[in-house]
Amino acid sequence: MKPVRALVLTGFGINCQDELAAAYRLAGAEADIVHFNEWLAGTVSLRGYDVLNFPGGFSFGDDLGAGKALANKMRFCRLRSGRTLLDEIAGHLEAGGFLLGICNGFQILVKSGLLPNIGGTFEQEVSLIVNDSGRFEDRWCHCRAERPARTPFLEDIDVIALPVRHKEGKLVIRDAGIRQAIREQGLCALRYCDAGGEIATEYPALPNGAEMSCAALTDPSGRVLGMMPHPEAFLSIYNHPDWARRREAAGGNEEGEGLRLFRNIVDHIRRNRP
Amino acid sequence: MNTLHHIACTWNPVLPDSRCAAIRRQAERHLGLRLKGLKHISVYAMRAGLDAGQLARFAREGLSDAVAQQVGIDRLPEGCGGFASFILVEKRPGTTDDEGLSAQRTLHDLLGVPFSPAPQEVFSSDLYLLEDALDGPVLSRLAVELLCNPLVHQYSCGPMASLALPVPEEEPEGEPLVETVPLEVSDDELDALSKQRLLSLDRVEMKAIQAYFRDPERRARRRGDGLPAEPTDCELEILAQTWSEHCKHKEFNALIHYVDKDSGREETIDSLFKTYIRASTAEIARRLEEAGNNWLVKVFSDNAGVVRVDRDRLFVFKVETHNSPSALDPFGGAITGILGNNRDPLGTGRGGATLLFNTDVLCFGPPSYAEPLLPGQLHPRRVFAGVRQGIEEGGNKSGIPTINGAIVFDPRYAGKPLVYCGTGAIMPDNYNGLPSWEKEIAPGDLVVMAGGRVGKDGIHGATFSSLGLDKHSPRSAVQIGSPITQKMLSDFLVVACKRGLVKCATDNGAGGLSSSIGELAPMAGGAEIWLERVPLKYPGLQPWEIFLSESQERMTLVVAKESAPKLAELAGLYEVEATVIGQFTGSGLLEVSHGGRPVARLDLDFLHDGLPRKHLEAEWRRPVLPEPEIPETLDHASVLKRLLASDDICSREEVIRQYDHEVKGRTVVKPLMGPRGIAPQDAGVMRLSFDDWRGIAVSCGIAPRYGDLDAYAMSAGAFDEAVRQIVSAGGQLPEPGRLDESTFWCANDNFCVPDSVYDAEKNPDGKYKLAQLVRMCQALADMARAYHVPMTSGKDSMKNDFRAAGKKISVPPTVLYSVAAALPDVRRTVTSEIKEAGDGVYLLGRTYDELGASEFQRLFGAAGGPVPAVRPEQARPLYFKMMAANREGLVRSSHDLSDGGLAVALAETTLGTGLGLRVEIDPVASSIEGGGALDSPRRLRAALYGESHSRFVATVKPKHCARFEKILGGDAVRIGETTAEPRFQIAWQGRPLVDCPCGELEQAWRKELLT
Repeated sequence: MKPVRALVLTGFGINCQDELAAAYRLAGAEADIVHFNEWLAGTVSLRGYDVLNFPGGFSFGDDLGAGKALANKMRFCRLRSGRTLLDEIAGHLEAGGFLLGICNGFQILVKSGLLPNIGGTFEQEVSLIVNDSGRFEDRWCHCRAERPARTPFLEDIDVIALPVRHKEGKLVIRDAGIRQAIREQGLCALRYCDAGGEIATEYPALPNGAEMSCAALTDPSGRVLGMMPHPEAFLSIYNHPDWARRREAAGGNEEGEGLRLFRNIVDHIRRNRP
Repeated sequence: MNTLHHIACTWNPVLPDSRCAAIRRQAERHLGLRLKGLKHISVYAMRAGLDAGQLARFAREGLSDAVAQQVGIDRLPEGCGGFASFILVEKRPGTTDDEGLSAQRTLHDLLGVPFSPAPQEVFSSDLYLLEDALDGPVLSRLAVELLCNPLVHQYSCGPMASLALPVPEEEPEGEPLVETVPLEVSDDELDALSKQRLLSLDRVEMKAIQAYFRDPERRARRRGDGLPAEPTDCELEILAQTWSEHCKHKEFNALIHYVDKDSGREETIDSLFKTYIRASTAEIARRLEEAGNNWLVKVFSDNAGVVRVDRDRLFVFKVETHNSPSALDPFGGAITGILGNNRDPLGTGRGGATLLFNTDVLCFGPPSYAEPLLPGQLHPRRVFAGVRQGIEEGGNKSGIPTINGAIVFDPRYAGKPLVYCGTGAIMPDNYNGLPSWEKEIAPGDLVVMAGGRVGKDGIHGATFSSLGLDKHSPRSAVQIGSPITQKMLSDFLVVACKRGLVKCATDNGAGGLSSSIGELAPMAGGAEIWLERVPLKYPGLQPWEIFLSESQERMTLVVAKESAPKLAELAGLYEVEATVIGQFTGSGLLEVSHGGRPVARLDLDFLHDGLPRKHLEAEWRRPVLPEPEIPETLDHASVLKRLLASDDICSREEVIRQYDHEVKGRTVVKPLMGPRGIAPQDAGVMRLSFDDWRGIAVSCGIAPRYGDLDAYAMSAGAFDEAVRQIVSAGGQLPEPGRLDESTFWCANDNFCVPDSVYDAEKNPDGKYKLAQLVRMCQALADMARAYHVPMTSGKDSMKNDFRAAGKKISVPPTVLYSVAAALPDVRRTVTSEIKEAGDGVYLLGRTYDELGASEFQRLFGAAGGPVPAVRPEQARPLYFKMMAANREGLVRSSHDLSDGGLAVALAETTLGTGLGLRVEIDPVASSIEGGGALDSPRRLRAALYGESHSRFVATVKPKHCARFEKILGGDAVRIGETTAEPRFQIAWQGRPLVDCPCGELEQAWRKELLT
């Protein structure tokens, strides 16, 4: 059977490409790490890839606002064909492809209009701004997935522990209409919660002050997922700050919870292969 | 001429502006100013030929956030009325402006033209609007204390009506000039010349240069080459930089006459470096090789030390300091410190190592420092905040986890802070079959400068760091790093090296091109450089400035002619500037020209070996300090809480959280662990790949307090601390002779001392200070040999004094040992926090009556008494038992004892666990030799708070206790057990000494030092 193939972008300050590629490989897929400019120069195309990935990092050092400068590139720069990178992604999604953005990747997807894209016109509808604390913070938090899952990435996931590592993760929504659409269509894919699954409304369980305690968004098709927490940073139990006790509780299972997202999407693609 | 435009972006007023909120909090707290309303606006000033449509699209789509921001084009955005005053902060001309350049990049993307950083067209600045009508001096104070640093920024302020948006300055073009510097002058004039040109060369050195240029044959040759008989400005600068303390380690290589006044013994030490550092490592290398452990690959001779992980991988490790720049501009100093140190592993061997982790150790004046500030001195709190932010941005934006570190406070660091930046990296064993760690250069190879462009920033950094700081310290020495430039450079370099396009790489740090090319040239036999090819940030630099500039984020690459086209193509793809600026020769000369005109021509022999040797005097006499008066009876719960709340012990969470410690997804022991992620750990541990479980542990040992009593004990204690932290986390010490044990250990030594050269007037206690340095080095050699831990790299910083207004603040002599060790399986590591109720609690290692210079004594205001000594003959066997117990998986938690002794260590193991401890101190107190009657308070205090080295507290599952006790024998004493109730109980002679909820201890320990 044809392997599931993931394209993981890098360059310009992106820095989580290796662990993201490892996540797909551990989940049974093939993953290629590709520099943004290889895509732009046309030496690599999205054809043949099932999932396009925007990893975390600090593209252009968060100048102009996190993800903004790279989002600009996607809207402004043109391939030899005259199409923008955004056009390419739209084509990839129409052809049934998937798109994942994590942390800085999520910021890029939001600022280039790919998420939540309720209007379908790639206009920016929400933003991710500086945390209420004003700080970059690396801390582990819990997230609860929207049920039923609107996106195959989060199938069968209830509450998951993941680290957040960002300064600009506070989701703000343009207007009441968008807010209502997110709510009604269940696009808020993950919400910060406490260890017991209660939605978090206070710092630090809610690490950034996001509206609706939102940690992840999906688009109406469910093919696009953007999230602030890092599932690729929890591939093994040894990533967790309390791994020593968790390992005993898990009876020797050494897999990290974050890997489930990648297994989900890889299995989903495999199952639905024509 | 293009029209000047301004684009101003600000947060939508319905959204919270956390930046302004923080400024308001700080203004109230530190300046006593309650600001009514404050608004921040990002202003981009630009000269670009845009039509109205392009300008609007650039502003609305390119620069502002359509959802969260408002934008104004050639005016302020909506909603900026109602403000009374303003402060506008701009970068000084020539200062790194990443925000401006990123805006320029977006502009070029919009216009569909290839990006170029020069000339700079878009400039960013920060405009603050205030509701309060404040007068000039108050606004200035706000600006200078909270919003900018005048060394790198310029600001304007006043009532709103006087606001003028920034106008970027045009850089003047200048004719390149080469100045001749007459050296045929009197000796006094030579001294004056050295001082006035910031050469940091003494009279003997100046005279050596004078003699070189006097040589008649040389004069004739120079005339033929079109050079003046006497040195050019560029030549003199090259010599000063190459001969600087920073680059040549003149004091570590000096001949020292050492007198021990206590014993009457005298000796001559022929170089501290050779005698203690190199000799001990050479001996360890020999022992290891004899035992068949061949993991020591490259020591001292490159930018970083290299050891072997396995057949395919090498580990590269380097720690540096960036103290002087951090004193002047804490943010800029620290960010260039960490980025600069990152370039050392990148520039080791052929280059292209993948950076793995950072470790940062910081020494500051206390945040509560209340002495009046001297001219040019920044408050320690401000230094702390700036340095912390520099490390955050330098590490996080480079995608390198900060997995380990320490912060130490002492008022003597209030003049110059110590900022130690360390980086570990992994390099493949070979590139296409060629050993990666070797540098290979041949005449005809090209010199390529890659990365950032050259500006005036950082000129004189190397010579300046070799001077004490005063208020005339040069401003151009301060620079701001650009992590994105370096990230793009390092991404490129890793690929270029992998493809075999680079023969060797080195960093452009202190001394710039002069230093990097000066170091590489002897390997080929000479070099010639064509300065007109060097890409500049802006015009107007003189040839010598181009050659000496320390503009950051640059590497010098050596490239074979036939590889140059492929390298250029790859650089284009990665958007990294890589320019051929010269070639290597076999001439024996360093030749520099600008547009065909000779600028410098120096014999490499003279450049590298012409430096006269220093002769220095050292005199040791053990200081006697009073012991503090301590009341007979103490409330130990309150003493413990005071210790936990002390600056050196309290929680570092506020700082640590702001560093990314798990990017790369492979950090196994982070600085804070446990169920709530708050328990401090001993060593950081990282896994090397996703395909196997091999890892590296890294630790840091630093203990300047003990140096007040004995610099030897201080250095030995710091070394032991670094070693025991890794043993605590599950590391296995080298055992030459056991062939199956080939896991590497390597250490970096970083000495930071005050001026230790005796001068009757300026430095009357210089001989004692130098003796302290000698003793620190002696301890290094003894400890390295005892534990078989070799030094693979290191650095010294010799003039850590701040001078102003006739006063001097000197750092205490400080040495940091940063140690890294291979772990065969990271799953066997042990974290410090307790795991479950009912486990046995053990103290491992012997306790002595050693309260001298302890944190406990500090509470009572004196330091005297017996200083903790390292006894490797006892420690080594204990460590091997600990290692044996770990191999059997018997140790459930382990924490090494340091500041605050046993009581503090025990308290730390409970943090965030929801569990408690019940402990009896009697077995510890009664084991102390001397100390008087069994119930004497001195014995009890030594047991609770003494900081005797080489000790751990460990917990063990009940079913493993017997086996554990059998392995440890007399080296472990059971002192209690963990409890389900989160209560902290220590009893002595059947009476409770401390009995309180663990939450109270946590509360005392939690402190935000920075807010």
